[in-house]
Amino acid sequence: MEFKFDWEKNASKIEKLKEIIEEKKQKKGPLMPVLNQAQKLFGYLPIEVQRIISEGLNIPLAEIYGVATFYSQFSLIPKGKYTIGVCLGTACYVKGAQDIIDRIKDELDLEVGGTTKDRKFSLEATRCIGACGLAPVMTVNEDVYGKLNADEVPGIIKKY
Amino acid sequence: MSKVTVIIDNQEVQVPADYTVLQAARSNNVHIPTLCYLEGINEVGACRMCLVEVEGARGLQTSCTLKVSDGMVVKTNTKKVREARKATLELLLSDHDRECLTCDRNRNCELQTLAEELGIKDVAFEGEKNVNYEDTSSPSIVRDPNKCILCGRCVGVCNDVQKVGVLGFTNRGFDTVVGPAFDKKMDEIPCINCGQCIAACPVGALKEKEEIDYVWEAIEDDNKHVVVQTAPAVRAALGEEFGLKMGTSVTGKMVAALRRLGFDKIFDTDFAADLTIMEEGHELLDRLQNGGKLPMITSCSPGWIKYCEHYYPEFIDNLSSCKSPHEMLGAVIKSYYAEINDIDPKDIYVVSIMPCTAKKFEADREELAASGYPDVDAVLTTRELAKMVKQTRVDFVELPDEDFDEVLGESTGASVIFGATGGVMEAALRTVAEVVTGEQLEALDFEQVRGTKGIKEATVNLNGTEVKVAVVHSTGQASKLLDQVKSGEKDYHFIEVMGCPGGCVTGGGQPHIKPEDRFKKDVKAERAKALYTEDKSKKIRKSHENPMIKKIYDDYFEKPNSHKAHELLHTHYVKRENYPLDK
Repeated sequence: MEFKFDWEKNASKIEKLKEIIEEKKQKKGPLMPVLNQAQKLFGYLPIEVQRIISEGLNIPLAEIYGVATFYSQFSLIPKGKYTIGVCLGTACYVKGAQDIIDRIKDELDLEVGGTTKDRKFSLEATRCIGACGLAPVMTVNEDVYGKLNADEVPGIIKKY
Repeated sequence: MSKVTVIIDNQEVQVPADYTVLQAARSNNVHIPTLCYLEGINEVGACRMCLVEVEGARGLQTSCTLKVSDGMVVKTNTKKVREARKATLELLLSDHDRECLTCDRNRNCELQTLAEELGIKDVAFEGEKNVNYEDTSSPSIVRDPNKCILCGRCVGVCNDVQKVGVLGFTNRGFDTVVGPAFDKKMDEIPCINCGQCIAACPVGALKEKEEIDYVWEAIEDDNKHVVVQTAPAVRAALGEEFGLKMGTSVTGKMVAALRRLGFDKIFDTDFAADLTIMEEGHELLDRLQNGGKLPMITSCSPGWIKYCEHYYPEFIDNLSSCKSPHEMLGAVIKSYYAEINDIDPKDIYVVSIMPCTAKKFEADREELAASGYPDVDAVLTTRELAKMVKQTRVDFVELPDEDFDEVLGESTGASVIFGATGGVMEAALRTVAEVVTGEQLEALDFEQVRGTKGIKEATVNLNGTEVKVAVVHSTGQASKLLDQVKSGEKDYHFIEVMGCPGGCVTGGGQPHIKPEDRFKKDVKAERAKALYTEDKSKKIRKSHENPMIKKIYDDYFEKPNSHKAHELLHTHYVKRENYPLDK
């Protein structure tokens, strides 16, 4: 899915990013801290942002992209206002988490790891979140919904 | 370096204390297999082929990363070691496109060789396979991730040797792919097409974009006058493809083979190298005498040119405006040669045999079409020429020595050494020195600019003026030198840059080097030796004394850097943006 990077709206964030780069450049191993801050600042790491980092730190783009795609904390597409997490741990899985995830995908026309066009929802499949007693479990940001069946999904989504 | 005693497979050996177990073994004729290891470039212990047993150590150790220590007892060939290597190799093969018969690297693939050596009869693990598209977008380099074994050798060379860094590991685990950032295609990234990644690749995941079929078609076409030319470095390595010893010069056999392939005329790019020296030498003199942009930097290497356009655009005006030799010859063939033989340039098809993959991209440059048609129509690498010869079943080794065709086949010793790092500089100095002083040089060998040291420097006295020159090979070294020039730390009049480490003899289009030759031989020096020997044996060793060069200036160009020469033999360069964004 394409998300166009808005240079005008992001102008002040870019300034901030350049300041961060200048500051971290002085230290050893600046790439991870810069990527962390950039992820926080923009919510994702599009090519526009990675190119600025590449030029600022004098590190090839391919190397930066490699780091950005290695760690799951970085995202190449914007995260939605709400991140839906569906637990695919063993307990949730045997209790039908796949049905939950499929229903969310249908309702929102969304793939796992994707974000809706209006940037409202992102969908993630998570490992065990330690709420096995409530299986199957889904979370929307900090809210937890347990003992679900797929038909409850539309109602939950409507709340947001 | 102090020495330590190590026992390898029951033999006691003395090795330098900073050696790895692998180095210790190899220097004592014990051959541990490797796959991801590339000395000095990729020493990461990723492929687990070099596993050995070390007494007292837990588990098997990767010998390419483990340093020796005094009294160490190593076993390289136990059942446990063999089985571990075999299992690892089977795992690698389980996610590998095993279409060996139709693979570019069939019979010279390191993975295939290891599978044979380790006695793999069956790939027991039939798991999931990664299926990715083959990227044929670049005119020079084809990338096939389905053949990739993720050894990282290309990444090491591209990043650390060439300082280009367009290839990297992306994603993680089973989804890991080696390729460009953001899944870009090879023609969308600031790749310089040097092909050093191909030379580093142990398998068929990286290869040149083959143009053999176009050339066969042109040869078959009765309406086409097909002219072939060969770069200096080709003759120094082509023989290896036919089992001849490294460093054997095969000029005569190569010409004979080309004649049997059916080319109408066989010319020598060396002639154009002499022409380059005339043009570039006089351009340098002009810049020195008339306050032109200095240092002047050579422009023969298209990998280096694209590197400059992408990464050092501030030096574009420093580049000599001379086309590279094969482009010059193409332009001469489609103008001067066409005129004197009364052939319409549109019917001429020029094929360049080059040690280089970047020449393929270069030949596609729109500005290199002096006659209104491309100066060069097809570029084949040394490897591709070998394939063509094999396709015709010509017995290369038994061929007689034959000579290049008249007119554009005449060359000097100065032009032959273009194929080695320092060669262009030496050839230029031989001519420039004589033009400036008006006197015959006593010694023609400029030893200071020879050899495989990363950066070479010399000062030459030209009639009282001290001319400072430098020679670098690999774009990584060029980057280092240009940074020093930029900061004012270094100051030169003339710089030779060759894009590949070692110059053209170890270009990205040269025959693949066998793994054992990598550590047993100094490949760059061995191949260069063939060229310096040929230089020594030539009657004429200075470009300006080539009688055909004199003739072409008398008949056609009038004098170096004339208006006509500029029209046909010179070009211009453009700044290129890295990873252009959609606006």
